[in-house]
Amino acid sequence: MTVLAYLIPISLMLGGIGLGAFIWSLNSDQYDDPEGNARRILRPDYDDHPKP
Amino acid sequence: MTETLSAAVPAPATTPASACPACLAVPAAEDLARRAAPGEARLMLSLPTAHCAACMSTVERGLAKLPGVHDARVNLTLKRVAVAAEPWVTAEGLIAALDRLGYEAHELDPGSLTPTRADRAGRELLMRLGVAGFAMMNVMLLSVAVWSGAEGPTRILFEWISAAIALPTVIFAGQPFFRNAATALKAGRLGMDVPISLAILLATGLSLYETAEGGGHTYFDAAVALTFFLLAGRYLDYRTRAVARSAAAELAALEVPRALRMEGGAEVAVAIADLRPGDLVRVRPGARMPVDGVVVEGTSELDRSLLTGESLPVWTGPEAVVSAGEVNLTGPLTVRVTAAGQDSSLHRMADLVAVAESAKNRYTSLADRAAGIYAPGVHLLAFASFLGWLWRTGGDVHLALNIGVAVLIITCPCALGLAVPAVVTAASGRLFRKGLLIKDGTALERLAEVDTVVFDKTGTLTLGAPEPVRLDARAPEDLALAAALAAASAHPLARALATGAAAAGVAPAAVEDLREVPGYGVEGRYRGRVVRLGRAEWVGAAPLAATATYLDRGTGAAVGFPFTDHLRPGAAAAVAALRAQGMAVRLISGDAEAAVAELAGRLGIADWTAGALPEEKAAEVARLAAEGRRVLMVGDGLNDTAALAAAYVSVSPASALDAARVASDIVLLGQDMAPVAEAARVARRARRRIRENFAVSALYNAVAVPLAVLGLATPLIAALAMSASSITVSLNALRLR
Repeated sequence: MTVLAYLIPISLMLGGIGLGAFIWSLNSDQYDDPEGNARRILRPDYDDHPKP
Repeated sequence: MTETLSAAVPAPATTPASACPACLAVPAAEDLARRAAPGEARLMLSLPTAHCAACMSTVERGLAKLPGVHDARVNLTLKRVAVAAEPWVTAEGLIAALDRLGYEAHELDPGSLTPTRADRAGRELLMRLGVAGFAMMNVMLLSVAVWSGAEGPTRILFEWISAAIALPTVIFAGQPFFRNAATALKAGRLGMDVPISLAILLATGLSLYETAEGGGHTYFDAAVALTFFLLAGRYLDYRTRAVARSAAAELAALEVPRALRMEGGAEVAVAIADLRPGDLVRVRPGARMPVDGVVVEGTSELDRSLLTGESLPVWTGPEAVVSAGEVNLTGPLTVRVTAAGQDSSLHRMADLVAVAESAKNRYTSLADRAAGIYAPGVHLLAFASFLGWLWRTGGDVHLALNIGVAVLIITCPCALGLAVPAVVTAASGRLFRKGLLIKDGTALERLAEVDTVVFDKTGTLTLGAPEPVRLDARAPEDLALAAALAAASAHPLARALATGAAAAGVAPAAVEDLREVPGYGVEGRYRGRVVRLGRAEWVGAAPLAATATYLDRGTGAAVGFPFTDHLRPGAAAAVAALRAQGMAVRLISGDAEAAVAELAGRLGIADWTAGALPEEKAAEVARLAAEGRRVLMVGDGLNDTAALAAAYVSVSPASALDAARVASDIVLLGQDMAPVAEAARVARRARRRIRENFAVSALYNAVAVPLAVLGLATPLIAALAMSASSITVSLNALRLR
């Protein structure tokens, strides 16, 4: 059962990274326009170069 | 703040002082200015027609190309575009540019649209939901190991890890419930939040004790799952209200509260709140009177339909008294302010609404009624189990407490907490797509109980836009002459006549020297004769009974062109559908008898009243309510506001005056009236779903509670019952079609 000593911290850390990412996305206004974002990803405008 | 406002208003910065929408804008506008880079203005425009990815690209690129514009970003969810630009860029310029691109745009008052305290509350709720979700998944994972038979030190280790995750989660994510429960207890009530808080806290506390003692049942997963499901319900509830609030705020923001004050011969835009009695205000044609006052200069006609329901424009000139809310139609007017802000007739009406609203809040929602039965029931049951086991085991406090807590957890308020918000979210989302905005959380439930519908006429069943009667029966030369004269004016009757003539395929006659006489009509020269189109007394005609404009052909007697009010699209269908649903339909209007009788005949409404004063409308609604009827009031004008607030539930079109929209529970966003009948149908279905959801959670409880009381419940049964009932309830809500 020593494998648990590795696996539990790893699973908690991965979950924590997910939670951190969620908090970061929430604080940087990424849920303000869900409909617009869904369509924005499909348009070819900045495919070749990033938005200046 | 100065930079922000001066971009939108080419005028000194405004500092509104009284209690009004504009004052709320001040801190918000400061917030906006803080977020904008120095020397940059932020403008907000409403884009009602934007709907696709191509729209976003076109608008963003088109605006970015304009001089002075730094950045433009479309928000498709809210149908708005936020523009960051040089301080000198005005909203008018951007609107014109968007118009060239083919998009309708309106300026929004950025002050009333910036993130409010409520938005931060929503974000906070989402954060707690995320944390609870993360904790639930991890604790669940560890619990599955325990349930499937982990023993000895492994089990103890897993329980300690669960405790380490669950404890901070419950303390952080459960706060909304603890706060509400504390408030409820302080007020001496038992809401839903008291049993919820008790269940969460006792489950965590007892599990912690069990873990420290090294064995027994731990309920960490139940405590965290309970928090998660209930937060999901809270968040859904918040979302529904937030969508309604942001759309309602947008409607309010469309009316930028400004007036043109005359200062030494120049027009300066100032906030309405800054106007003082004695100031001179310029009101352009097409604009709404910002204040009560007396006309000093200019003649024009006023549309009073929003205040009184009259469909006929009223002539006005020097010394005439005007009221806030009237619309100036033809000529520019200079008005001396007699009352502004708090003292104006508009504001007095709004106060009337506030009084009526306070009477309305007494409605108890289905959820509150369910909680009223549920909360004491659960507490009694848990306490009884505790006492029962204490007696049976002869004083084993530990076991008795364990069973009492299991009862508290298993009675599962999560299904109850989700039962209403999930259905209301599904129903409001569906109605929003049809163009109906549900402003009040209990509006759907109240709408489901309606049995009588009262309509206003002007602006509600009709568009308040006139339509010429039987143009095809006219002599073509009269029509050609009238069309030519009408084309020279912006008066609603003239515009309707010109459109009607064009639709009938009549080419305008060659009339020369066209000139509009504000407040009277249009004059021109045709084959050497002076021809006129306008008011009866001005052209020398005998007035007709109906709304009409009159044509003096230069020879012979003047002829009248009668008008009827243009029916709102879907009005006939809505009336028919409501009647098919078994509702009594009534028409109460402030307009003249002939016009009301004609419309009632067209729609087949037998029960109508004409010439009703605002108080009479409200009294009639109150009388119907006293008869035990549940009245749905549909109206748009200031004269309807008191009746809207007095009704059981109320609907107003988006074109309605601010006060009327505030007083009503549901706002009709499009022109079409047909969704009103649809809303009544959806509301009844939603109520049925809510009741089914209550039945589902009752059924789960009926199965699980005896197990808990008998001491047979395990953490696994608690977790299964809780998750299964929450998911069933959510799925049932999604069935709403």
